[in-house]
Amino acid sequence: MGLVLLCVIWLITFVSTYFFVAKTWWLPTGASAAAAAIDHQFAITFVLMGIVFIAAQLALGLFAWQYRDTGSGKGASYSHGNTRLEIIWTTLTAILFIGLNLAGGPIWARERFQPAQEDATRVEVTGMQFAWYFRYPGPDGKFGVTKPELVDPSTGGEGALGLDPADPASKDDVVTGIMEVPVNRQVEVILRAHDVIHSFFVPNMRFKQDAVPGLAIHMHFTPTETGDYEIACAELCGLGHYKMHGMLKVVSQDDFDKWLAAREAEKQ
Amino acid sequence: MVAQESHEHAAPQGFIRKYVFSLDHKVIGLQYYFLALTAVFVGMVLSLLMRIHLVWPSATLPLFGDIKPETYLSLVTMHGTIMVFFVLTTAPQGGFGNYFLPIQIGAPDMAFPVLNMLSFWTTFVAFLVMVAAFFVVGGAPLHGWTGYAPLSALPSAGPGEGLGADLWITSIALFCVASLMGALNFLTTTLDLRARGMSMMRMPLTCWSWFITAILGLLAFGVLLSAGILLLMDRNLGTSFYVPLGTVNGQLTGHRGGSPLLWQHLFWFFGHPEVYIAILPGMGVASQVLSTFSRKPIFGYKAMVYAMLAIGLLGFMVWGHHMFMSGMSPYSAFAFSIMTMAIGVPSAIKTFNWLGTLHRGRIQFDSPMLFAIGFVSLFVSGGLSGPFLAQPTLDIPLHDTAFVPAHFHLIMGVAAIFGIFAATYYWFPKMFGRMMNERLGRIHFLFTLIGTYCIFMPMHYLGLAGQPRRYSQLTEVAYLHHLIPLNRFITYAAIITVTAQLVFLFNLFWSMFKGPKASDNPWRATTLEWTTATPPPHDNFAGRTPVVNHGPYEYSVPGAPRDYIMQTDPATVAAH
Repeated sequence: MGLVLLCVIWLITFVSTYFFVAKTWWLPTGASAAAAAIDHQFAITFVLMGIVFIAAQLALGLFAWQYRDTGSGKGASYSHGNTRLEIIWTTLTAILFIGLNLAGGPIWARERFQPAQEDATRVEVTGMQFAWYFRYPGPDGKFGVTKPELVDPSTGGEGALGLDPADPASKDDVVTGIMEVPVNRQVEVILRAHDVIHSFFVPNMRFKQDAVPGLAIHMHFTPTETGDYEIACAELCGLGHYKMHGMLKVVSQDDFDKWLAAREAEKQ
Repeated sequence: MVAQESHEHAAPQGFIRKYVFSLDHKVIGLQYYFLALTAVFVGMVLSLLMRIHLVWPSATLPLFGDIKPETYLSLVTMHGTIMVFFVLTTAPQGGFGNYFLPIQIGAPDMAFPVLNMLSFWTTFVAFLVMVAAFFVVGGAPLHGWTGYAPLSALPSAGPGEGLGADLWITSIALFCVASLMGALNFLTTTLDLRARGMSMMRMPLTCWSWFITAILGLLAFGVLLSAGILLLMDRNLGTSFYVPLGTVNGQLTGHRGGSPLLWQHLFWFFGHPEVYIAILPGMGVASQVLSTFSRKPIFGYKAMVYAMLAIGLLGFMVWGHHMFMSGMSPYSAFAFSIMTMAIGVPSAIKTFNWLGTLHRGRIQFDSPMLFAIGFVSLFVSGGLSGPFLAQPTLDIPLHDTAFVPAHFHLIMGVAAIFGIFAATYYWFPKMFGRMMNERLGRIHFLFTLIGTYCIFMPMHYLGLAGQPRRYSQLTEVAYLHHLIPLNRFITYAAIITVTAQLVFLFNLFWSMFKGPKASDNPWRATTLEWTTATPPPHDNFAGRTPVVNHGPYEYSVPGAPRDYIMQTDPATVAAH
């Protein structure tokens, strides 16, 4: 049985590791400024944890076989442990885990501590069961007031957000069902939710943030590749959670300006 | 160590007092165990239905017919809730803890037998209330086992959020009350009823694990109970603890000013210690079994105790790591993250010491040992994905993807279940007086170990590829389409693994009646439960009061006549 255990544990270890190393299933292609750093931090963590994983599993399988009772009458060694080994082991793991953590700190700080730049494209993202709505402030640069009592999803985007027509700032607000942004410019997203918690997850942008009722959460990311990227909801929000998806289109600045101007024109 | 006489009660006569409303911790332990066994099969069938629907959304199932998205989510909710509360909390602590804590410390019963009975029957009622949620209008709730508000607070937020959700919260509140009673009992028993010579540092590591689990339970369940009561008030009395101004489908909810994040803080203040409540007893059992079947003292007994204490303490300071993406202050993420990484250190110590126990041992591969070795393997695999999720930076791609269920299923799900299996095979002879079948035990072990790895290892890959949790279908989001074949593989593995559990069930019930008779100490083990009759008499030691002269894991002591010294053996049996 010792040999069986060795084979099974080693086989599990090698097969599991193979699919990670071969990247058969892997992080989606990164298309934002943060992607490289996040993926690098992931890779470091992966290599270090991978080494510990392989070493521990191989040792476990090996010991099970090597120290099996062979019936030779040879007794087990009598030992209550080894304090020096314990101290070495504890220190090493503490350095490994805390060090890993500190290495990832600056990336988090860059993504979450700093506010968005002044010239960022501002988009308000609102989640509700089971759709995403995107709002652009228009030429005045101001978002109009929204009121919960005005919310009426049956009247299209502006009604769904409860945009107050009496507010002058709301006149030029553009509400869309897809999110379009220019490439290589920071995007400031302002996340809101009407009913329950949703989560705005754009795997290619390495971006995820919950949208929480009652809060307006300001976040930012910088797309670096043009293309169409899927948005998924990552927080359980009800029976339609699995189909609450949207589309992020990253285009050139020119194309973005034309698109936004066309949406403005439609409104007039 | 107060006078034990006051806790003794005469052996009851009559079926009801003996087997139903029993005060005997052994009967209560078995009641908990069989409740958990029932619950685990319910929970497992639910997970199977989920897996089938996920990859064949249009399949019609027996009993269920078509599974709708909301049905899928109620399966998710009930699977998680039943498994966490009625299996992982109930079997290791309520079941084995109740049965063996008093015997292992040399006590005739728990400190408060009536409280003990009450705590079981409250848990039982809680289970009935939980299952009842399936049968009310709207069905079981769809808010997941974490019950995030406002989804869980607004009956209009979806089917199942009506009466089903009220039953769900009520059941959890009852469970909290039962667990608080249980925790008090465990703490008092451990502190006051130890036999002469049974100092804290001579307790088996199982007793330490139950003791620390009880401390965690006492501090955590009270918070969940309060949070649950507030949630019930939001739902039924018009308060707004968790719900801000907002609308559902264009209708104002009538609430204003509440904070959805408050629920998450309260829930995870309970929820994170809860994962240690599930796994600590497994650590205790693994230590006990690894030492016994390696015929070696446990490597670093004191380090094991301190590591468990450290895990318990740190476990209360890390709840925020579930909330890195929640809108909580990004600064606090740093503190939660460092604390979480720090838990890796005592966890690594434990793994190291288990390997150290095997090293230069004389290993016997009886079924309990196989599951203990499996426990270590799963603990390592599940544990090492922790440092990914503990980093807020990596939670950006990984949070709420399949990577998370992969992580916690391996460690607090399957590893803890392996702990329960190891305990079952190990203590079955003592509990039922018969041996389980070894050949069936091995078959069960190999299918379960390989099967669970086939289920949960690929979930890491799915999470990396960005598959969100709790999606009832993968057809609506284009980038998920290429993950369907791997998901099918997981479903096949789940069907095979669940089927293999029938081998265990058969072995359990067949051996109960037909297994070969067990001796008092079939594993040649050292702790007190092996010094008494099989099964133990009503007062555990037939009127004797054991006196303890040795530590719990004295195996292969040089110069001793046998390769083990029982804790009650005379002090002179060997100088060490």
